[in-house]
Amino acid sequence: MKIIQSIGILLFLVGLAVFTVMPFLGNYTLTKEVVLSSTKDIHQEKMVNILEPMYGETYSSNFSFLSTYKEYFNEYNEHLKAESKWDDVIWDDYSLSLAQSSLNSPVRDSPWLFFGLSIGLAVLGGLMYNLPKYRGEPEGIKNNGIFHSAMKNRGWMGMITGAYLILFYIILYWFPAYIVNQIWMVTPLSMLLSGNPASQWFLYGTLYTLAITVMGVRMFRKYRGNKYQQLRTASVMFFQTAFAFLIPEILVLLNQPYFDFKNIWPLDYDFFYDYQIDTFLSSGGVGMFMLIWGILLIVIGVPAFTYFFGKRWYCSWVCGCGGLAETLGDPYRQLSDKSVKAWKYERVIIHSVLVLAVVMTALTIVNYFSGFALLGNVTNQLHSIYGFAIGSVFAGVIGTGFYPFMGNRVWCRFGCPLAAYLGLVQRFKSRFRITTNGGQCISCGNCSTHCEMGIDVRWYAQRGQEIVRSSCVGCGVCSSVCPRGVLKLENGSTENRINEMPIIIGNDSIKINA
Amino acid sequence: MSSNRHVVVIGNGIAGITCARQLRKLDGSVRITVISGESKYFFSRTALMYVFMGHMKFEHTQPYENWFWEKNKIELKEAWVKSIDFTGKNLSFQIGESMPYDELVIATGSKPNKFGWPGEDLQGVQGLYSKQDLELMEENTKSRVQRAVIVGGGLIGIEMAEMLAYKKIPVTFLVREESFWNNILPKEESELVSRHMREHHIDLRLNEELKEIISDSRGKVKAIKTMSGEEITCQFVGLTAGVTPSIDFLRNTELEVKRGVKVDFGFQTNIPHVYAIGDCAEFHEAPAADRRPVEQVWYTGRMHGETLGYILAGKELSYKPGIWFNSAKFLDIEYQTYGTVPAKWDADQIKSFYWEHFGGKISFRMLMDLEGRILGVNNFGFRLRHEFFDQAIREKWAGEKVVSKLDKANFDPEFFAPYYIEIQKAFKAQFGGDVTISKKTFIQKLFGASV
Repeated sequence: MKIIQSIGILLFLVGLAVFTVMPFLGNYTLTKEVVLSSTKDIHQEKMVNILEPMYGETYSSNFSFLSTYKEYFNEYNEHLKAESKWDDVIWDDYSLSLAQSSLNSPVRDSPWLFFGLSIGLAVLGGLMYNLPKYRGEPEGIKNNGIFHSAMKNRGWMGMITGAYLILFYIILYWFPAYIVNQIWMVTPLSMLLSGNPASQWFLYGTLYTLAITVMGVRMFRKYRGNKYQQLRTASVMFFQTAFAFLIPEILVLLNQPYFDFKNIWPLDYDFFYDYQIDTFLSSGGVGMFMLIWGILLIVIGVPAFTYFFGKRWYCSWVCGCGGLAETLGDPYRQLSDKSVKAWKYERVIIHSVLVLAVVMTALTIVNYFSGFALLGNVTNQLHSIYGFAIGSVFAGVIGTGFYPFMGNRVWCRFGCPLAAYLGLVQRFKSRFRITTNGGQCISCGNCSTHCEMGIDVRWYAQRGQEIVRSSCVGCGVCSSVCPRGVLKLENGSTENRINEMPIIIGNDSIKINA
Repeated sequence: MSSNRHVVVIGNGIAGITCARQLRKLDGSVRITVISGESKYFFSRTALMYVFMGHMKFEHTQPYENWFWEKNKIELKEAWVKSIDFTGKNLSFQIGESMPYDELVIATGSKPNKFGWPGEDLQGVQGLYSKQDLELMEENTKSRVQRAVIVGGGLIGIEMAEMLAYKKIPVTFLVREESFWNNILPKEESELVSRHMREHHIDLRLNEELKEIISDSRGKVKAIKTMSGEEITCQFVGLTAGVTPSIDFLRNTELEVKRGVKVDFGFQTNIPHVYAIGDCAEFHEAPAADRRPVEQVWYTGRMHGETLGYILAGKELSYKPGIWFNSAKFLDIEYQTYGTVPAKWDADQIKSFYWEHFGGKISFRMLMDLEGRILGVNNFGFRLRHEFFDQAIREKWAGEKVVSKLDKANFDPEFFAPYYIEIQKAFKAQFGGDVTISKKTFIQKLFGASV
């Protein structure tokens, strides 16, 4: 079994290496035709002139191609900016589409081959590593060696993994022109699903879904014998694959708007942006359904489901961010900060993001109906600031890139405005709580250590108190790792949900006058 | 009671710390000092094994952040007490300083039993109780240990076996009795645990005792010899044949001690203003029929501390434990018990109901008196609700009532197999009577694990 696992690791690393060297493959040749087909009508004439010196030249790397492109392009723009001819400046970034069309590379020629050699090998290797785990061992959760691991305890492997993830997100969000090979690689898959060429977002979605699948298999192995963990893992795998990945692509294939039916505002912060609303309104019955569905989820779905089940119904059973955190991120859950100080930061930051998202959306809606009469420019500014700072940096770069440094729920705990909204309902109007089993707690600290949200579960458990916290995503791991059967996630009567036990059950010495 | 008095607690385990915290809750002005040579900050002793196995770091075993003590005005003194001047009300530390007190709480806990085995102090031979023991065990297992021998079949022994298994060290486990922990567990439960230990490749030797530990030329253990004459080569020996009160520095003083420090039900020793709680206290008589004069469990330590906290705050109380409960984890199998379930009972006085899952890892036992009223339960491999059994046993529910309501007592996570239904069926088959058998819920039918 060890041999299969070692081969698995090897294959995974080979796949990762192929994926990593891919941007350096092939060369770039720009032609006039490419420029014409890749630019907007209003810019075509200018761009054809600006880039004329590049035609016919073969650039051996994306670096030389893109730097030459930028040289000519910026020269043109700087000139106009210096003369304050703002209307003539070209604000669009054509680097991605030009690089994509100019590329000649083995990846573009045989995308499936490279798909197999990179993603395919990595997935195969990951499965070969995960599937035989714990084979021949009795059922039971083993957190053996987590804090002796260079990967899971901020050692060198964790540092490298984190750095790689951060770099990947930075390139994905701001420099996608450098990874056109990978985009070409997934293009045939995209054509199959939606009939359209791939974007960097399709590449990202593919990797994301596969990461959840492969690491979901790891969850099945790790938590074997634990039905709660298995079911919720299956649930996030299903919602990611079907709702986040396949259905939106198929909608596009059917000429409908791209839509993720389980993504809820304010996590889905652009739901009320003018172009989104226009898309919904211009897409007939289906578009209208999407708009109404989205609004119903916000005003009825979230409060009702959270009242009955707690925020876990979304955060650890449905959500895509949660899905990645619970699968790819599970090996890092113990790295969350449990201090009271971290809790204070958490409350300030996450509720600030919620307020920001609400204000921004309110302004957007007002502007939509008033035809951008009120603070029209500010709305656009807000959109780009929010998209950059919250949507990309916080949710992506920090949210996932920091798994190996601060645990797998950094975004969900500190940043997600939907988690803040769900949390307010969970804290003040919900049947959900984690019940403490009388006086059985031995203060060992497994629950707190393995809480991904940084909740000091033991603080409550050792007092015999129920745990009611807005941040709890109900992953159930505290209950799974408790050696004495003390914790149970429950939906029950809201009466006495928050209990202050003066004396822990089992001691009759002290009578409290009730 | 003067409130600027100085209460000094020796020992920062669960008993001492609970006492200090409880007293602080009730009295904001009393000066409280907690002394420990073991570690400055309170940690959960029961979690030491998880540090060894890399489930946690040592700081994770500390239930309170370091600022907690200053905020609650509980002074911490890191030192070992050398001696106590009871007349002068003064403590002397090994480092040479001294500290006066007005009231003294002795909560020094236990230490591993050693029965004078030849070679018991060799290098590589140790018990497991304190933080220092953990550090020693890490040291002792650093260089290649090809086999370890554990002596004594209790909870610490099985924890040690699990720890050694993490380092892939094969374990031979010597148990004096004919089955594992059979002074506490009835036969079936004891066998269930023994089977599980063997499933984890622990070489369990029943009816076997240690005769001597053999040294190599450098004072390190190289083998042990058993009573039956077998010699087992090993580089590590764990001595886990129970614990004894750690009160050596109090022997031969005015303080009355026997196994532990003798106390009444107000935790008062023979010297005024001196109290003892937790593992190191020995009551003049057992606090209840099913209890012993020395109570060495986490939960009793906590209750002692809680009660003494009230007493020191001026409340008139005496220690009165409620319905007994306890828990443990044997490798992968959790165990809970509520009420009275001794290892052996008189079949003419007590009725026993026992159910075991066909997989052999899940079981339920309920003892009843001759009228069929519940006395206590043991459950293995699934979880039961403390509050439910505290009430049922206190109110002496009929066995069939307990079993009929077992779905309410279930504490397993959602979607787990409803073992209580099988238990209800088995109970009805064995005792008949008015037993309601629960129905599977819709969700259980749809997603629930099969029994």
